[in-house]
Amino acid sequence: MTNMWQPSFIGKRERRIFLVHQYKNNGYNIAIDVSSGGIHLLDDESYEVLAYVKEKKEEFEDFTAEELESYKKEAYFHNQEERKEILDEFIELIQAEQLFSKDVSEEILPQVAERKTVVKALCLHIAHDCNLACKYCFAEEGEYHGRRALMSYEVGKKALDFLIANSGTRKNLEVDFFGGEPLMNLEVVKELVEYGRSQESLHNKVFRFTLTTNGVLLNDETIEFLNQEMDNVVLSLDGRKEVNDRMRPFRNGKGSYDLIVPKFQKLAESRNQEKYYIRGTFTRDNLDFSKDVLHFADLGFEQMSMEPVVGGEDDPYAIREEDLGKIKDEYDKLAQIMLRREEERNSFNFFHFMIDLEGGPCLSKRLSGCGSGTEYLAVTPWGDFYPCHQFVGQEEFLMGNVEEGIVRAEIADDFRRCNVFSKEECKKCFAKYYCSGGCMANSYNFHKDLFKSYEIGCEMQRKRVECGIMMKVAEKIK
Amino acid sequence: MKHIQTINKQTLNSTIKKGGCGECQTSCQSACKTSCTVGNQTCEQKKK
Repeated sequence: MTNMWQPSFIGKRERRIFLVHQYKNNGYNIAIDVSSGGIHLLDDESYEVLAYVKEKKEEFEDFTAEELESYKKEAYFHNQEERKEILDEFIELIQAEQLFSKDVSEEILPQVAERKTVVKALCLHIAHDCNLACKYCFAEEGEYHGRRALMSYEVGKKALDFLIANSGTRKNLEVDFFGGEPLMNLEVVKELVEYGRSQESLHNKVFRFTLTTNGVLLNDETIEFLNQEMDNVVLSLDGRKEVNDRMRPFRNGKGSYDLIVPKFQKLAESRNQEKYYIRGTFTRDNLDFSKDVLHFADLGFEQMSMEPVVGGEDDPYAIREEDLGKIKDEYDKLAQIMLRREEERNSFNFFHFMIDLEGGPCLSKRLSGCGSGTEYLAVTPWGDFYPCHQFVGQEEFLMGNVEEGIVRAEIADDFRRCNVFSKEECKKCFAKYYCSGGCMANSYNFHKDLFKSYEIGCEMQRKRVECGIMMKVAEKIK
Repeated sequence: MKHIQTINKQTLNSTIKKGGCGECQTSCQSACKTSCTVGNQTCEQKKK
């Protein structure tokens, strides 16, 4: 790399975002073409030339091949054959629609935003009660700002009937048993699974059941049932014993780690280390959360997830802006360790770094987001509908119930309209087609507005996307 | 190419024609429940 050509802006505008996002990570120079999803590995010279040509245009504007052609004549490139060569490579990628590609999203946006949606997934709050007293629980020890309650079979059955009746021609239907702690109402879970299975052939549907549990009530019989019927199980554990027990105690204050870990290990093994996630939550009390993820790996788990805590500004454990530097370093550290372990054939999957570059979702899916309030509803133990589990208990989002169906369709309309083009901050974000606008509950909790973004969450999401893509690059070229 | 290596061949634009069937998983049902990750999901049509 020559030193004579060093544009003054390099290093000064790291936060400026273009249709083409470029970044360095773990020794790789990477460019993401946001619209096409094209990922490119650049050498040092082409990385700098890319930064230079981007600087020539206003933010978010497309380049044409002809414009790049004209840059070859400029002073910077005079007599510099290598840079002309690089520009030719850019031009080739532009012509292949893999760099500075046209964003066609807005062409299909009206049909996505006004689409007729069907309900395809329910989060059944089978138990608003819990045998743990986790300090960060958004369900407030399972009670969701309300009363303790268990869902009856009758309410659950009506919810499944509603799902079948409102799913149109959609074949795959998802039902997550959630809480509180769902195993506190296991008999109803079993009855509902049996009822769901009995309806599959009648209506040409396939139920994909999942269950989220804290593990306290797991035993061999329950594990066998879960393995037979659950497409996926989500197992809540925060990592190292001291970290887990600080936030996830029993109601008497005693830690839950020692009781739960052997049960989770047994369950994961019995599922051949597939179709489950060990799901942790990190807070500002364990910003060194890569150690907790590695602790999962040391315990023998192979599928894991570690979510930032959801907490208000007044919560002492909530993530603050000043924590972001440390959190980003942790993600970098984790990505590098994962690559090393892959070489050592000792790998594990981390949910938040998983990116499917070849078989990922279509643009329509990426524009429609998580589906809460439209395709996905939460059902309380007494049969009320909310847009998702995180809105449960907030009466302004009460949408209907299993008896009457959706009675406030205008709530669904708001959620349907919410996408990466209706959120100002998303329009210019390189990660918009990976997170699809992020979590609407987070937007509402922090801004009381579905159409705003939760900035701290966005910063973390962007970092995870960068790390996930870097890992794909590293795997591809090894 | 000498200076640039393209890692993936798929273009999002090409998914417009066949996309939108809606059979894919609802993102929050997998493991997050408190954020949103769509890019790591698998297209049901490509799974087959």
